[in-house]
Amino acid sequence: MSQQLVSKVDVELPSEPSLTARRPFLRWVGLAVGLLVVLALPWYIYPPVAMDIAAWALFAISVDLLLGYTGLLSFGHAAFWGTSAYTTGLIATHVGLPFPVAVLGGAIAAMLLALPTGYLAVRRTGIYFAMVTLAFAQMVYFIANQWRDVTGGENGLQGIPKNLGGMTDLINSDAFYFYYAAIPIILLGVLLAWRIVNSPFGRVLVAIRDNPARARALGYDVERYKIMVFVLSAGLAGLAGGVFSVSHGFASLQELVWTTSGKVVLVTVLGGIGTLWGGPVGAALVVLLEDRLASSGFNGIGIITGAIFVVIVLAFRHGIWGTARNGLGAWLRSRRRTREDV
Amino acid sequence: MTAFIQYTLQGLALGGFYALAALGLAVIFGVLGVVNFSHGACYMLGAVGAAVLLDATGLGFWAALPIVTVAMFVFGVLMERLLVRWLLRLDPLYNFLLTFGITLFLVDLVKRRYGVSSLAYELPAGLKGRVDIGSVSLSSYQIFVAAFSVVLCLAVWVLLTRTRIGMIVRAATEDAERSRALGINVGRWVTPVFGFGIALAGLAGVLRAPTGSVNADMGSFFIIILFAVVVIGGLGSILGAVVAGFLVGLVEAYGQGYAGSFSQVLIFVLMAVVILVRPSGLFGREEAAS
Repeated sequence: MSQQLVSKVDVELPSEPSLTARRPFLRWVGLAVGLLVVLALPWYIYPPVAMDIAAWALFAISVDLLLGYTGLLSFGHAAFWGTSAYTTGLIATHVGLPFPVAVLGGAIAAMLLALPTGYLAVRRTGIYFAMVTLAFAQMVYFIANQWRDVTGGENGLQGIPKNLGGMTDLINSDAFYFYYAAIPIILLGVLLAWRIVNSPFGRVLVAIRDNPARARALGYDVERYKIMVFVLSAGLAGLAGGVFSVSHGFASLQELVWTTSGKVVLVTVLGGIGTLWGGPVGAALVVLLEDRLASSGFNGIGIITGAIFVVIVLAFRHGIWGTARNGLGAWLRSRRRTREDV
Repeated sequence: MTAFIQYTLQGLALGGFYALAALGLAVIFGVLGVVNFSHGACYMLGAVGAAVLLDATGLGFWAALPIVTVAMFVFGVLMERLLVRWLLRLDPLYNFLLTFGITLFLVDLVKRRYGVSSLAYELPAGLKGRVDIGSVSLSSYQIFVAAFSVVLCLAVWVLLTRTRIGMIVRAATEDAERSRALGINVGRWVTPVFGFGIALAGLAGVLRAPTGSVNADMGSFFIIILFAVVVIGGLGSILGAVVAGFLVGLVEAYGQGYAGSFSQVLIFVLMAVVILVRPSGLFGREEAAS
C-alpha cells in the first residue's frame, strides 16, 4: 500500500497538453483577453476585492507550480504568503520604502524561509511532503503568535502604509488607483511562473513529476530541482502575500493559519491543476463567493467551501479550467474528424 | 523534582490523547492508504458530542465514553461508505484533500450550531480530587487518562497481535496486494477499520472534554500535532504512532514547564531532527523513506 506513496504523484492532469501549442495566434488572443480582463477588473468589481482576486490568483499559481508541474502538494504555503505579508508590512512601516520594494523584501524573506523548509520537506514525497510542509507552516504560525514585539501577536500588524514616492497620495485616495499601482507586481509574478513552466528547467520539473527515477537516471539532481522550484514558488507566494497585506493595510495571523494553506489548495484544484490559468479562475470564484457570503451575513463559510471541495475532489478533479480545456479539445478533435470524413 | 513529576504526568496524559488518535490515524493509513485530515475534526466531534449529550440528556462522562465512541464509529462507517471509498483507487492526495474539505465543513457546522465559545464540561464523578504521593499532589483525572490510554493502547496491541482479526488487519496493513492474493478479503475490512480509527479519535475527544476547552476549533491544532506525531513515529507503524504520541506529549509538557511560550515549536524541532536523521520515522520502514 505504501508503494504508491513513494512513487510519483498521480494527479489527474488535463489529457490535452495545450490547445495553443499549434496555434500561436490563439495564444496571443488569449493573452490579450486575459490582460484586458485584468485591467478592466476594478471597473466592474469593488477594487479591494479585485486586488484580493489578483493576489490569490498568483498565490494559487505558486501552489500549482509545485502541485501541477512538479507533483508536490505543499500544504504549508500560508507560511510563505504570511511571512511575506508580515515582512512587507514591517519594511513599509519601519523603513518607509515604496511598497513595491517592501513587497520584494517580503518575497525574499519568504524564499529564505523556503530554503531550509524545502531542504527538509523534499526528503519525503507524496502525502508525507504535504504533512511536513503543513507542520512547518504551523511552526511559523506559533512563532508569529509568540513573537509579539515584532508581529503584534494576535492583533497583527496594523496600519501598513501604501508608500509610492510622489504618487503616495493618489494611491491612498482610492483603492482603484492602488489596484493599478500593484497589479504590475502580480503580473510580473505570473510572467515569471509562465517563464519557469515554459523553460528547460520547467521541462525537467515535469519529467520529475512523471518519472522521478528516470529523471535521476538521466543525471538530474532531483532533490536540488525540487528545492529550487520550492523556493521559487515561495517567492511567488511571497509577492502575492506582500501585495495582499499592503492592500489591506494589515497583516494578521489569519495569513499564516493552516486553513489559508488549505484554501489556496482549494483555489488551485477548483481552477484546475497543471493549467496555470486555472489559478486565476479559481481565485475569482472563491474570493467572490466568500465576499458575497460575508456581506450577506452568513456565518459558516467553511460549510460551503468545504462542500465545494468535497464535490470537486469527488467529481471534477480536472477543475474548471481543466474540464473546459478538455471539453474544448475534444470538441475541436471531433470537428476535425468530421471534416476529414466529408 | 515535584514539578518534574507533575510535568511527566501531564505529558503522559497529553500523550494519551495523541497516542490514541494517532493510533486511529495509523490503522486507517495502514489498511486504506488514506491520511485522514478530518481526524482532528472527529476528535472535536467526540468532545462536542460528550458536551451536547450532557446538556441534552444529562448523561455524564461515563455514559458518554461508550455512547459517543459507538456514534463516532457509525459516523466513520458512513464517511467511508459515502465519500472516502470512491477515491481509494486514486492517489492518496485526493483523499487527503477530500477529508480536508470534510474538516472545513464539520468545523464550521459545529461553529454555526454551537458558537465559537467553549461548551461547559465537568470532571467526571469520582475523579475530581487530587492524589497526594509524598510531597507531590497530582490530579486524579490526569492519572486516569494516562493509565486509561496506556491500557487502551495495550488492548489494541493485543487485539492486533493476538487475534485473527488483528492478524488480517496487520497483513492488510503490511501488504494489501499480497494479503488479497492469499485469499483475504481486504475490502471487507476497509469499512470497519475506518470506523474503528474514527472511533478512537472520538474517544480521545471524549477523554479530552473534561480537561480542555470544548469548542469547534479544538481539533485544528490537534491534527497538525498528530501529523507531526505520525511523521516522527513513521506513518505505517502502529507502534510508532503510540510511542511518538507519548513522546510528543512529554516534549510538549516539559516544554511548557521549562521553555515557556515557545514550547510548541519544540515538537516541530523534534520532527525536523527525525526527518534529518531517520526520514522514514523512528519506527518506519526504510523503504518508505525516499
